[in-house]
Amino acid sequence: MTTLTTRTAAAPTTPAPETAKPKRRGAHWAAIAFVIPLVLYLLLFYAYPLVQNLTMSLHRFDRGTFISGGAPFVGLEIYRAVFAHPQFWTIVWQTTVFTAVSLAFQYLIGLTIAVFFHRGGFRLAAPLRGMFLVPWLLPVIVSGTTWQWMMNPDAGLLNSFLGLFGADPVWWLSADNALMSVAIANIWLGIPFNLVILYSGLQGIPKELYEAASMDGATPWQQFWRITLPMLRPVTLITLLLGLVYTLKVVDIIWIMTMGTGTSQTLATWAYGMSVGKGASGVIRYSEASAVGTILLLAALAFGLIYIAAQRKQEH
Amino acid sequence: MSRTWWKNPIALVMTALMLFPLYWMLNVSFTKRESIRGGDLAPVDFTFDHYAVVFRDQLPYLGTSLVIGVGTVVLTLAIAAPASFALASMAVPGGRFIGFALIVAQMVPAVVMSLGLYSIYNTVGLLDTLPGLILADSTIAVPFAVLLLTAFMAGIPRELLQAAQIDGASHWRTFRSIVLPVSRNAIITSALFAFLWAWSDFIFASTLNREGGLLRPITMGIYNYIGAQNQEWGPMMATAVVASIPAAVLLVVAQKYVAAGVTAGAVKN
Repeated sequence: MTTLTTRTAAAPTTPAPETAKPKRRGAHWAAIAFVIPLVLYLLLFYAYPLVQNLTMSLHRFDRGTFISGGAPFVGLEIYRAVFAHPQFWTIVWQTTVFTAVSLAFQYLIGLTIAVFFHRGGFRLAAPLRGMFLVPWLLPVIVSGTTWQWMMNPDAGLLNSFLGLFGADPVWWLSADNALMSVAIANIWLGIPFNLVILYSGLQGIPKELYEAASMDGATPWQQFWRITLPMLRPVTLITLLLGLVYTLKVVDIIWIMTMGTGTSQTLATWAYGMSVGKGASGVIRYSEASAVGTILLLAALAFGLIYIAAQRKQEH
Repeated sequence: MSRTWWKNPIALVMTALMLFPLYWMLNVSFTKRESIRGGDLAPVDFTFDHYAVVFRDQLPYLGTSLVIGVGTVVLTLAIAAPASFALASMAVPGGRFIGFALIVAQMVPAVVMSLGLYSIYNTVGLLDTLPGLILADSTIAVPFAVLLLTAFMAGIPRELLQAAQIDGASHWRTFRSIVLPVSRNAIITSALFAFLWAWSDFIFASTLNREGGLLRPITMGIYNYIGAQNQEWGPMMATAVVASIPAAVLLVVAQKYVAAGVTAGAVKN
Protein backbone atom coordinates (compact mmCIF):
# COMPACT_ATOMS: atom_id res chain seq x y z
CA MET A 1 0.00 0.00 0.00
CA THR A 2 2.91 2.36 0.51
CA THR A 3 3.59 2.41 -3.20
CA LEU A 4 -0.04 3.16 -3.82
CA THR A 5 -0.08 6.11 -1.46
CA THR A 6 3.10 7.67 -2.73
CA ARG A 7 1.69 7.36 -6.20
CA THR A 8 -1.49 9.11 -5.10
CA ALA A 9 0.65 12.09 -4.30
CA ALA A 10 2.33 12.14 -7.65
CA ALA A 11 -0.76 11.33 -9.64
CA PRO A 12 -2.27 14.73 -10.37
CA THR A 13 1.09 16.03 -11.55
CA THR A 14 1.89 13.06 -13.77
CA PRO A 15 3.46 14.38 -16.97
CA ALA A 16 1.55 14.05 -20.19
CA PRO A 17 1.97 10.69 -21.90
CA GLU A 18 4.04 10.57 -25.02
CA THR A 19 1.14 10.09 -27.39
CA ALA A 20 1.92 10.14 -31.09
CA LYS A 21 2.25 13.75 -32.22
CA PRO A 22 -0.55 13.91 -34.82
CA LYS A 23 -3.01 12.67 -32.21
CA ARG A 24 -2.23 15.44 -29.71
CA ARG A 25 -5.16 17.70 -30.46
CA GLY A 26 -7.54 14.76 -30.29
CA ALA A 27 -6.03 13.62 -27.02
CA HIS A 28 -6.52 17.07 -25.58
CA TRP A 29 -10.25 17.09 -26.31
CA ALA A 30 -10.61 13.51 -25.15
CA ALA A 31 -9.01 14.42 -21.82
CA ILE A 32 -11.47 17.28 -21.39
CA ALA A 33 -14.40 15.03 -22.25
CA PHE A 34 -13.32 12.48 -19.64
CA VAL A 35 -12.87 15.09 -16.93
CA ILE A 36 -15.83 17.36 -17.63
CA PRO A 37 -18.40 15.37 -15.60
CA LEU A 38 -16.13 15.58 -12.56
CA VAL A 39 -15.57 19.31 -13.01
CA LEU A 40 -19.28 19.99 -13.36
CA TYR A 41 -19.94 17.78 -10.37
CA LEU A 42 -17.40 19.64 -8.22
CA LEU A 43 -18.87 22.97 -9.25
CA LEU A 44 -22.48 21.92 -8.63
CA PHE A 45 -22.04 19.83 -5.50
CA TYR A 46 -19.06 21.43 -3.81
CA ALA A 47 -18.55 24.99 -4.98
CA TYR A 48 -22.23 25.87 -5.18
CA PRO A 49 -23.17 24.63 -1.67
CA LEU A 50 -20.14 26.45 -0.25
CA VAL A 51 -21.18 29.69 -1.93
CA GLN A 52 -24.74 29.11 -0.76
CA ASN A 53 -23.53 28.57 2.79
CA LEU A 54 -21.58 31.83 2.65
CA THR A 55 -24.56 33.68 1.20
CA MET A 56 -26.79 32.47 3.99
CA SER A 57 -24.35 33.74 6.59
CA LEU A 58 -24.49 37.23 5.04
CA HIS A 59 -28.29 37.41 4.88
CA ARG A 60 -30.74 37.19 7.74
CA PHE A 61 -32.51 33.92 7.06
CA ASP A 62 -35.13 32.48 9.33
CA ARG A 63 -37.89 29.97 8.71
CA GLY A 64 -40.08 32.58 7.03
CA THR A 65 -37.54 34.28 4.79
CA PHE A 66 -36.06 30.91 3.94
CA ILE A 67 -39.28 29.96 2.20
CA SER A 68 -40.27 33.37 0.84
CA GLY A 69 -36.72 34.13 -0.29
CA GLY A 70 -36.75 37.74 0.90
CA ALA A 71 -33.92 37.50 3.42
CA PRO A 72 -32.27 40.93 3.79
CA PHE A 73 -28.52 41.37 3.29
CA VAL A 74 -26.90 42.23 6.61
CA GLY A 75 -23.18 42.11 5.84
CA LEU A 76 -21.10 40.73 8.70
CA GLU A 77 -23.77 41.35 11.31
CA ILE A 78 -24.42 37.63 11.85
CA TYR A 79 -20.72 36.96 12.36
CA ARG A 80 -20.60 39.81 14.89
CA ALA A 81 -23.55 38.26 16.71
CA VAL A 82 -21.91 34.83 16.69
CA PHE A 83 -18.64 36.17 18.11
CA ALA A 84 -20.58 38.11 20.73
CA HIS A 85 -22.63 35.05 21.72
CA PRO A 86 -22.08 34.44 25.46
CA GLN A 87 -21.20 30.82 24.76
CA PHE A 88 -18.90 31.42 21.77
CA TRP A 89 -15.51 31.27 23.48
CA THR A 90 -16.65 28.46 25.77
CA ILE A 91 -17.58 26.44 22.70
CA VAL A 92 -14.28 27.24 20.99
CA TRP A 93 -12.48 26.05 24.11
CA GLN A 94 -14.55 22.86 24.28
CA THR A 95 -13.85 22.20 20.61
CA THR A 96 -10.13 22.62 21.31
CA VAL A 97 -10.21 20.27 24.31
CA PHE A 98 -12.27 17.66 22.44
CA THR A 99 -9.88 17.75 19.50
CA ALA A 100 -6.65 17.79 21.51
CA VAL A 101 -7.69 15.03 23.92
CA SER A 102 -9.05 12.84 21.11
CA LEU A 103 -5.91 13.21 19.01
CA ALA A 104 -3.49 12.61 21.88
CA PHE A 105 -5.12 9.40 23.07
CA GLN A 106 -5.95 8.05 19.62
CA TYR A 107 -2.34 8.50 18.65
CA LEU A 108 -0.82 7.05 21.82
CA ILE A 109 -3.08 4.02 21.91
CA GLY A 110 -2.86 3.52 18.14
CA LEU A 111 0.94 3.69 18.27
CA THR A 112 1.18 1.26 21.18
CA ILE A 113 -0.96 -1.30 19.39
CA ALA A 114 0.82 -0.73 16.07
CA VAL A 115 4.24 -1.30 17.65
CA PHE A 116 2.95 -4.38 19.45
CA PHE A 117 1.63 -5.89 16.23
CA HIS A 118 4.59 -4.77 14.18
CA ARG A 119 7.37 -6.30 16.26
CA GLY A 120 5.15 -9.32 16.69
CA GLY A 121 5.45 -12.05 14.16
CA PHE A 122 2.89 -14.06 16.13
CA ARG A 123 0.24 -16.21 14.59
CA LEU A 124 -2.84 -14.13 15.41
CA ALA A 125 -1.28 -10.80 14.36
CA ALA A 126 -2.91 -10.50 10.94
CA PRO A 127 -6.49 -11.58 11.78
CA LEU A 128 -6.61 -9.54 15.00
CA ARG A 129 -5.26 -6.46 13.25
CA GLY A 130 -8.17 -6.86 10.83
CA MET A 131 -10.62 -7.05 13.72
CA PHE A 132 -9.36 -3.71 15.01
CA LEU A 133 -10.81 -2.07 11.90
CA VAL A 134 -14.38 -2.98 12.81
CA PRO A 135 -15.23 0.12 14.90
CA TRP A 136 -14.05 2.31 12.05
CA LEU A 137 -16.34 0.66 9.51
CA LEU A 138 -19.56 0.61 11.51
CA PRO A 139 -22.10 3.40 11.18
CA VAL A 140 -21.32 5.96 13.88
CA ILE A 141 -24.92 5.85 15.03
CA VAL A 142 -24.39 2.20 15.98
CA SER A 143 -21.31 2.94 18.09
CA GLY A 144 -22.87 6.10 19.47
CA THR A 145 -26.02 4.41 20.78
CA THR A 146 -23.97 1.55 22.23
CA TRP A 147 -21.71 3.95 24.14
CA GLN A 148 -24.76 5.90 25.26
CA TRP A 149 -26.19 2.74 26.78
CA MET A 150 -22.90 1.70 28.39
CA MET A 151 -22.76 5.17 29.96
CA ASN A 152 -26.29 5.02 31.29
CA PRO A 153 -26.05 6.29 34.90
CA ASP A 154 -28.01 3.56 36.71
CA ALA A 155 -27.96 0.51 34.42
CA GLY A 156 -24.91 1.16 32.27
CA LEU A 157 -21.99 -1.20 32.17
CA LEU A 158 -19.33 1.40 33.00
CA ASN A 159 -20.98 2.27 36.30
CA SER A 160 -21.51 -1.40 37.20
CA PHE A 161 -17.80 -1.91 36.56
CA LEU A 162 -16.85 1.06 38.73
CA GLY A 163 -19.24 -0.27 41.36
CA LEU A 164 -17.13 -3.44 41.65
CA PHE A 165 -14.42 -1.25 43.14
CA GLY A 166 -16.87 0.55 45.35
CA ALA A 167 -16.77 3.72 43.26
CA ASP A 168 -19.80 5.98 43.07
CA PRO A 169 -21.74 5.99 39.80
CA VAL A 170 -20.65 8.65 37.34
CA TRP A 171 -23.23 10.76 35.48
CA TRP A 172 -21.36 10.32 32.24
CA LEU A 173 -23.69 12.25 29.98
CA SER A 174 -24.57 15.05 32.41
CA ALA A 175 -23.67 18.61 31.42
CA ASP A 176 -20.35 18.64 33.28
CA ASN A 177 -19.08 15.21 32.22
CA ALA A 178 -20.43 15.21 28.66
CA LEU A 179 -17.19 16.43 27.08
CA MET A 180 -15.13 13.66 28.71
CA SER A 181 -17.66 11.01 27.72
CA VAL A 182 -17.94 11.95 24.06
CA ALA A 183 -14.14 12.23 23.90
CA ILE A 184 -13.85 8.65 25.22
CA ALA A 185 -16.18 7.36 22.53
CA ASN A 186 -14.42 9.40 19.87
CA ILE A 187 -11.01 8.10 20.92
CA TRP A 188 -12.35 4.58 20.56
CA LEU A 189 -13.61 5.43 17.06
CA GLY A 190 -10.26 6.92 16.01
CA ILE A 191 -7.92 4.16 17.18
CA PRO A 192 -8.29 2.01 14.01
CA PHE A 193 -7.43 4.95 11.76
CA ASN A 194 -4.27 5.73 13.75
CA LEU A 195 -3.35 2.06 14.02
CA VAL A 196 -3.51 1.50 10.27
CA ILE A 197 -1.47 4.53 9.23
CA LEU A 198 1.12 4.12 11.97
CA TYR A 199 1.43 0.42 11.21
CA SER A 200 2.11 1.13 7.54
CA GLY A 201 4.57 3.80 8.67
CA LEU A 202 6.37 1.25 10.84
CA GLN A 203 6.63 -1.11 7.90
CA GLY A 204 8.52 1.60 6.04
CA ILE A 205 11.36 1.63 8.58
CA PRO A 206 14.30 -0.47 7.28
CA LYS A 207 14.81 -3.66 9.30
CA GLU A 208 18.59 -3.24 9.09
CA LEU A 209 18.39 -0.30 11.47
CA TYR A 210 16.98 -2.52 14.20
CA GLU A 211 19.42 -5.32 13.43
CA ALA A 212 22.38 -2.96 13.66
CA ALA A 213 21.03 -1.47 16.88
CA SER A 214 20.55 -4.82 18.58
CA MET A 215 24.07 -5.89 17.56
CA ASP A 216 25.25 -2.74 19.31
CA GLY A 217 23.36 -3.94 22.36
CA ALA A 218 20.44 -1.48 22.25
CA THR A 219 17.43 -2.63 24.29
CA PRO A 220 13.98 -2.69 22.62
CA TRP A 221 13.11 0.36 24.70
CA GLN A 222 16.14 2.28 23.40
CA GLN A 223 15.36 1.12 19.86
CA PHE A 224 11.88 2.55 20.19
CA TRP A 225 13.10 5.98 21.29
CA ARG A 226 16.17 6.18 19.04
CA ILE A 227 14.86 4.53 15.86
CA THR A 228 11.10 4.05 15.77
CA LEU A 229 9.96 7.46 16.99
CA PRO A 230 12.43 9.58 14.95
CA MET A 231 11.80 7.53 11.80
CA LEU A 232 8.07 7.81 12.34
CA ARG A 233 8.08 11.59 12.72
CA PRO A 234 6.82 12.44 9.20
CA VAL A 235 4.00 9.88 9.45
CA THR A 236 3.14 11.19 12.91
CA LEU A 237 2.84 14.73 11.62
CA ILE A 238 0.58 13.65 8.76
CA THR A 239 -1.56 11.46 11.05
CA LEU A 240 -2.08 14.21 13.59
CA LEU A 241 -2.81 16.94 11.06
CA LEU A 242 -5.30 14.81 9.17
CA GLY A 243 -6.84 13.66 12.44
CA LEU A 244 -7.13 17.30 13.46
CA VAL A 245 -9.03 18.23 10.32
CA TYR A 246 -11.36 15.24 10.76
CA THR A 247 -11.93 15.75 14.49
CA LEU A 248 -12.76 19.44 14.16
CA LYS A 249 -15.78 18.60 12.03
CA VAL A 250 -17.12 15.66 14.03
CA VAL A 251 -20.86 15.92 14.60
CA ASP A 252 -22.47 12.50 14.66
CA ILE A 253 -20.84 10.76 17.63
CA ILE A 254 -21.41 13.80 19.87
CA TRP A 255 -24.90 14.51 18.62
CA ILE A 256 -26.06 10.92 19.02
CA MET A 257 -24.75 10.68 22.58
CA THR A 258 -25.61 14.10 24.02
CA MET A 259 -27.12 16.32 21.28
CA GLY A 260 -24.30 18.71 22.06
CA THR A 261 -25.64 19.53 25.51
CA GLY A 262 -23.47 20.82 28.33
CA THR A 263 -19.75 20.75 27.86
CA SER A 264 -19.98 18.52 24.78
CA GLN A 265 -21.03 21.40 22.52
CA THR A 266 -18.44 22.02 19.80
CA LEU A 267 -18.48 24.41 16.85
CA ALA A 268 -19.65 21.58 14.59
CA THR A 269 -22.53 20.42 16.81
CA TRP A 270 -23.51 24.02 17.48
CA ALA A 271 -23.83 24.68 13.75
CA TYR A 272 -25.66 21.39 13.22
CA GLY A 273 -28.05 22.00 16.12
CA MET A 274 -29.00 25.45 14.82
CA SER A 275 -29.50 24.07 11.32
CA VAL A 276 -32.07 21.52 12.51
CA GLY A 277 -33.47 23.53 15.43
CA LYS A 278 -32.68 20.92 18.05
CA GLY A 279 -30.39 20.60 21.05
CA ALA A 280 -29.23 23.80 22.72
CA SER A 281 -30.80 25.98 20.02
CA GLY A 282 -34.38 24.70 19.86
CA VAL A 283 -35.09 27.08 16.98
CA ILE A 284 -33.84 26.83 13.41
CA ARG A 285 -31.23 29.54 12.77
CA TYR A 286 -29.91 29.03 9.26
CA SER A 287 -27.82 32.19 9.12
CA GLU A 288 -26.10 31.66 12.45
CA ALA A 289 -25.52 27.99 11.59
CA SER A 290 -23.93 29.01 8.28
CA ALA A 291 -21.73 31.59 9.99
CA VAL A 292 -20.46 29.06 12.54
CA GLY A 293 -20.03 26.58 9.67
CA THR A 294 -17.91 29.08 7.76
CA ILE A 295 -15.70 29.67 10.82
CA LEU A 296 -15.31 25.91 11.17
CA LEU A 297 -14.51 25.59 7.47
CA LEU A 298 -11.79 28.24 7.70
CA ALA A 299 -10.23 26.49 10.69
CA ALA A 300 -10.31 23.11 8.93
CA LEU A 301 -8.81 24.59 5.75
CA ALA A 302 -6.05 26.36 7.67
CA PHE A 303 -4.88 23.09 9.20
CA GLY A 304 -5.60 21.33 5.92
CA LEU A 305 -3.18 23.58 4.05
CA ILE A 306 -0.50 22.91 6.67
CA TYR A 307 -1.18 19.22 6.10
CA ILE A 308 -0.78 19.57 2.32
CA ALA A 309 2.44 21.52 2.80
CA ALA A 310 3.77 18.86 5.19
CA GLN A 311 2.85 16.11 2.74
CA ARG A 312 4.61 17.92 -0.12
CA LYS A 313 7.71 18.46 1.96
CA GLN A 314 7.81 14.81 2.89
CA GLU A 315 7.91 13.78 -0.75
CA HIS A 316 10.87 15.95 -1.62
CA MET B 1 6.75 -22.91 19.62
CA SER B 2 8.04 -19.52 18.54
CA ARG B 3 9.60 -17.08 20.98
CA THR B 4 6.77 -14.62 20.57
CA TRP B 5 3.87 -16.98 21.30
CA TRP B 6 3.08 -15.05 24.50
CA LYS B 7 2.00 -12.14 22.36
CA ASN B 8 -1.03 -14.09 21.15
CA PRO B 9 -2.96 -13.94 24.45
CA ILE B 10 -2.07 -10.27 24.97
CA ALA B 11 -3.26 -9.42 21.46
CA LEU B 12 -6.45 -11.38 22.09
CA VAL B 13 -7.16 -9.41 25.27
CA MET B 14 -6.51 -6.09 23.51
CA THR B 15 -8.83 -7.03 20.66
CA ALA B 16 -11.50 -8.20 23.09
CA LEU B 17 -11.33 -4.90 24.99
CA MET B 18 -11.53 -2.92 21.76
CA LEU B 19 -14.49 -4.88 20.46
CA PHE B 20 -16.25 -5.13 23.81
CA PRO B 21 -18.80 -2.36 23.06
CA LEU B 22 -19.91 -4.39 20.04
CA TYR B 23 -20.28 -7.52 22.12
CA TRP B 24 -22.36 -5.48 24.53
CA MET B 25 -24.61 -4.34 21.70
CA LEU B 26 -25.15 -8.00 20.68
CA ASN B 27 -25.74 -8.99 24.29
CA VAL B 28 -28.43 -6.36 24.88
CA SER B 29 -30.09 -7.14 21.54
CA PHE B 30 -30.69 -10.75 22.68
CA THR B 31 -31.78 -9.97 26.25
CA LYS B 32 -35.44 -9.80 27.33
CA ARG B 33 -36.74 -6.32 27.93
CA GLU B 34 -37.19 -6.71 31.68
CA SER B 35 -33.66 -8.07 32.16
CA ILE B 36 -31.74 -5.50 30.10
CA ARG B 37 -31.22 -3.20 33.06
CA GLY B 38 -29.81 -6.12 35.05
CA GLY B 39 -26.65 -5.93 32.98
CA ASP B 40 -25.78 -9.64 32.77
CA LEU B 41 -22.53 -10.33 30.93
CA ALA B 42 -24.30 -12.79 28.63
CA PRO B 43 -27.90 -12.86 27.35
CA VAL B 44 -29.14 -15.21 30.10
CA ASP B 45 -32.74 -14.16 29.54
CA PHE B 46 -32.45 -14.96 25.86
CA THR B 47 -34.98 -13.71 23.31
CA PHE B 48 -35.38 -13.02 19.60
CA ASP B 49 -38.21 -10.58 20.27
CA HIS B 50 -36.20 -7.46 19.52
CA TYR B 51 -35.28 -8.83 16.12
CA ALA B 52 -38.94 -9.53 15.43
CA VAL B 53 -39.55 -5.84 16.09
CA VAL B 54 -36.72 -4.93 13.72
CA PHE B 55 -38.17 -7.03 10.93
CA ARG B 56 -41.61 -5.57 11.54
CA ASP B 57 -40.55 -1.91 11.70
CA GLN B 58 -37.20 -1.48 10.02
CA LEU B 59 -37.33 -3.41 6.74
CA PRO B 60 -38.37 -0.39 4.63
CA TYR B 61 -35.49 1.65 6.06
CA LEU B 62 -33.05 -1.17 5.32
CA GLY B 63 -34.34 -1.33 1.75
CA THR B 64 -33.95 2.42 1.38
CA SER B 65 -30.39 2.24 2.68
CA LEU B 66 -29.60 -0.48 0.18
CA VAL B 67 -30.94 1.60 -2.72
CA ILE B 68 -29.06 4.67 -1.53
CA GLY B 69 -25.85 2.68 -1.09
CA VAL B 70 -26.00 1.13 -4.56
CA GLY B 71 -27.05 4.43 -6.13
CA THR B 72 -24.11 6.20 -4.49
CA VAL B 73 -21.68 3.55 -5.73
CA VAL B 74 -22.94 3.81 -9.33
CA LEU B 75 -22.91 7.61 -9.37
CA THR B 76 -19.50 7.82 -7.71
CA LEU B 77 -17.86 5.40 -10.14
CA ALA B 78 -19.55 6.93 -13.18
CA ILE B 79 -18.04 10.31 -12.34
CA ALA B 80 -14.75 9.19 -10.83
CA ALA B 81 -13.52 6.42 -13.13
CA PRO B 82 -13.38 8.31 -16.48
CA ALA B 83 -11.97 11.43 -14.82
CA SER B 84 -9.31 9.37 -13.05
CA PHE B 85 -8.25 7.80 -16.35
CA ALA B 86 -7.79 11.24 -17.89
CA LEU B 87 -5.99 12.66 -14.85
CA ALA B 88 -3.67 9.66 -14.72
CA SER B 89 -2.69 9.32 -18.33
CA MET B 90 -3.62 12.37 -20.40
CA ALA B 91 -2.70 16.02 -20.39
CA VAL B 92 -5.68 17.55 -18.60
CA PRO B 93 -5.80 21.34 -18.62
CA GLY B 94 -5.90 22.40 -14.97
CA GLY B 95 -5.22 18.84 -13.85
CA ARG B 96 -3.05 19.96 -10.95
CA PHE B 97 -5.72 22.33 -9.74
CA ILE B 98 -8.34 19.57 -9.89
CA GLY B 99 -6.08 17.37 -7.76
CA PHE B 100 -5.70 20.16 -5.22
CA ALA B 101 -9.44 20.88 -5.20
CA LEU B 102 -10.17 17.21 -4.46
CA ILE B 103 -7.90 17.20 -1.40
CA VAL B 104 -9.47 20.41 -0.12
CA ALA B 105 -12.96 19.05 -0.81
CA GLN B 106 -12.34 16.22 1.65
CA MET B 107 -11.74 18.75 4.40
CA VAL B 108 -15.05 20.56 4.07
CA PRO B 109 -17.16 19.89 7.19
CA ALA B 110 -20.34 17.93 6.45
CA VAL B 111 -22.39 20.54 8.37
CA VAL B 112 -21.36 23.19 5.88
CA MET B 113 -22.23 20.94 2.95
CA SER B 114 -25.59 20.00 4.42
CA LEU B 115 -26.53 23.64 5.03
CA GLY B 116 -25.60 24.66 1.49
CA LEU B 117 -27.29 21.63 -0.05
CA TYR B 118 -30.40 22.15 2.08
CA SER B 119 -30.89 25.61 0.70
CA ILE B 120 -30.27 24.46 -2.89
CA TYR B 121 -32.48 21.37 -2.55
CA ASN B 122 -35.22 23.55 -1.08
CA THR B 123 -35.25 25.58 -4.30
CA VAL B 124 -35.00 22.72 -6.79
CA GLY B 125 -37.28 20.30 -4.92
CA LEU B 126 -34.73 17.62 -4.03
CA LEU B 127 -35.47 17.67 -0.28
CA ASP B 128 -36.75 14.36 1.11
CA THR B 129 -36.00 12.49 -2.12
CA LEU B 130 -33.76 9.50 -2.79
CA PRO B 131 -31.87 11.12 -5.69
CA GLY B 132 -31.19 14.10 -3.45
CA LEU B 133 -29.71 11.92 -0.74
CA ILE B 134 -27.71 9.83 -3.24
CA LEU B 135 -26.20 13.00 -4.72
CA ALA B 136 -25.35 14.31 -1.25
CA ASP B 137 -23.84 11.00 -0.09
CA SER B 138 -21.74 10.79 -3.23
CA THR B 139 -19.95 14.01 -2.21
CA ILE B 140 -18.27 12.04 0.57
CA ALA B 141 -17.01 9.39 -1.84
CA VAL B 142 -16.19 11.12 -5.15
CA PRO B 143 -12.99 12.96 -4.09
CA PHE B 144 -11.68 9.84 -2.37
CA ALA B 145 -12.50 7.63 -5.36
CA VAL B 146 -10.85 9.97 -7.87
CA LEU B 147 -7.65 10.22 -5.83
CA LEU B 148 -7.51 6.47 -5.27
CA LEU B 149 -8.28 5.54 -8.89
CA THR B 150 -5.93 8.16 -10.34
CA ALA B 151 -3.11 6.84 -8.21
CA PHE B 152 -3.82 3.31 -9.34
CA MET B 153 -4.29 4.12 -13.02
CA ALA B 154 -1.07 6.15 -13.09
CA GLY B 155 0.67 2.86 -12.37
CA ILE B 156 -0.68 1.12 -15.48
CA PRO B 157 2.25 0.55 -17.87
CA ARG B 158 2.30 3.13 -20.66
CA GLU B 159 3.10 0.42 -23.21
CA LEU B 160 -0.26 -1.19 -22.57
CA LEU B 161 -2.16 1.98 -23.44
CA GLN B 162 0.09 2.78 -26.39
CA ALA B 163 -0.36 -0.70 -27.81
CA ALA B 164 -4.11 -0.19 -27.77
CA GLN B 165 -3.77 3.15 -29.54
CA ILE B 166 -1.53 1.69 -32.23
CA ASP B 167 -4.21 -0.93 -32.79
CA GLY B 168 -6.53 1.97 -33.48
CA ALA B 169 -8.58 1.86 -30.28
CA SER B 170 -10.27 5.12 -29.32
CA HIS B 171 -9.67 6.64 -25.87
CA TRP B 172 -13.05 5.41 -24.75
CA ARG B 173 -12.27 1.92 -25.96
CA THR B 174 -8.90 1.91 -24.26
CA PHE B 175 -10.61 3.02 -21.09
CA ARG B 176 -13.33 0.40 -21.26
CA SER B 177 -11.40 -2.64 -22.45
CA ILE B 178 -8.02 -2.09 -20.83
CA VAL B 179 -8.02 0.48 -18.03
CA LEU B 180 -11.21 -0.61 -16.29
CA PRO B 181 -10.43 -4.35 -16.14
CA VAL B 182 -6.85 -3.70 -15.02
CA SER B 183 -8.05 -1.34 -12.29
CA ARG B 184 -10.50 -3.86 -10.88
CA ASN B 185 -9.06 -3.87 -7.35
CA ALA B 186 -9.00 -0.11 -6.96
CA ILE B 187 -12.54 0.09 -8.32
CA ILE B 188 -13.75 -2.48 -5.80
CA THR B 189 -12.10 -0.55 -2.96
CA SER B 190 -13.71 2.72 -4.08
CA ALA B 191 -17.10 1.09 -4.48
CA LEU B 192 -16.87 -0.56 -1.09
CA PHE B 193 -16.16 2.69 0.72
CA ALA B 194 -18.76 4.64 -1.25
CA PHE B 195 -21.30 2.05 -0.14
CA LEU B 196 -20.22 2.01 3.51
CA TRP B 197 -20.19 5.80 3.79
CA ALA B 198 -23.61 6.14 2.20
CA TRP B 199 -24.95 3.35 4.42
CA SER B 200 -23.53 5.02 7.54
CA ASP B 201 -24.44 8.61 6.73
CA PHE B 202 -26.21 10.45 9.49
CA ILE B 203 -25.80 14.18 8.83
CA PHE B 204 -27.19 14.31 5.29
CA ALA B 205 -30.05 11.95 6.08
CA SER B 206 -31.06 13.91 9.18
CA THR B 207 -31.01 17.29 7.40
CA LEU B 208 -31.87 16.69 3.74
CA ASN B 209 -34.27 13.80 4.23
CA ARG B 210 -35.96 14.67 7.52
CA GLU B 211 -39.52 14.31 6.27
CA GLY B 212 -38.76 11.40 3.96
CA GLY B 213 -41.07 8.95 5.76
CA LEU B 214 -40.18 5.37 4.93
CA LEU B 215 -37.82 6.61 2.22
CA ARG B 216 -35.29 7.31 4.95
CA PRO B 217 -32.18 5.21 5.56
CA ILE B 218 -31.65 2.82 8.45
CA THR B 219 -29.55 5.36 10.38
CA MET B 220 -32.77 7.35 10.74
CA GLY B 221 -34.57 4.19 11.82
CA ILE B 222 -32.17 3.97 14.76
CA TYR B 223 -32.33 7.71 15.36
CA ASN B 224 -36.12 7.42 15.78
CA TYR B 225 -35.54 5.27 18.86
CA ILE B 226 -33.20 7.86 20.38
CA GLY B 227 -35.78 10.58 19.96
CA ALA B 228 -38.54 8.51 21.53
CA GLN B 229 -39.88 9.42 24.97
CA ASN B 230 -39.24 5.98 26.36
CA GLN B 231 -35.99 4.68 24.92
CA GLU B 232 -36.40 1.04 23.89
CA TRP B 233 -32.86 -0.30 24.18
CA GLY B 234 -33.61 -3.85 23.00
CA PRO B 235 -35.01 -3.03 19.56
CA MET B 236 -32.53 -0.18 19.26
CA MET B 237 -29.55 -2.48 19.78
CA ALA B 238 -31.08 -5.15 17.52
CA THR B 239 -31.44 -2.55 14.76
CA ALA B 240 -27.86 -1.46 15.38
CA VAL B 241 -26.72 -5.05 14.96
CA VAL B 242 -28.63 -5.40 11.70
CA ALA B 243 -27.24 -2.07 10.48
CA SER B 244 -23.72 -3.35 11.16
CA ILE B 245 -24.10 -6.39 8.93
CA PRO B 246 -22.83 -4.80 5.67
CA ALA B 247 -19.64 -3.62 7.35
CA ALA B 248 -19.11 -7.00 8.97
CA VAL B 249 -19.73 -8.89 5.72
CA LEU B 250 -17.42 -6.64 3.75
CA LEU B 251 -14.71 -6.96 6.35
CA VAL B 252 -14.86 -10.74 6.10
CA VAL B 253 -15.14 -11.13 2.32
CA ALA B 254 -13.10 -8.12 1.25
CA GLN B 255 -10.63 -7.42 4.01
CA LYS B 256 -7.75 -6.78 1.64
CA TYR B 257 -9.72 -4.07 -0.17
CA VAL B 258 -10.78 -2.52 3.11
CA ALA B 259 -7.22 -2.35 4.41
CA ALA B 260 -6.10 -0.87 1.08
CA GLY B 261 -8.76 1.80 1.29
CA VAL B 262 -8.01 2.73 4.88
CA THR B 263 -4.33 3.22 4.13
CA ALA B 264 -4.99 5.12 0.93
CA GLY B 265 -7.71 7.17 2.54
CA ALA B 266 -5.49 7.94 5.47
CA VAL B 267 -2.41 9.00 3.61
CA LYS B 268 -4.40 10.31 0.67
CA ASN B 269 -2.98 13.40 -0.86
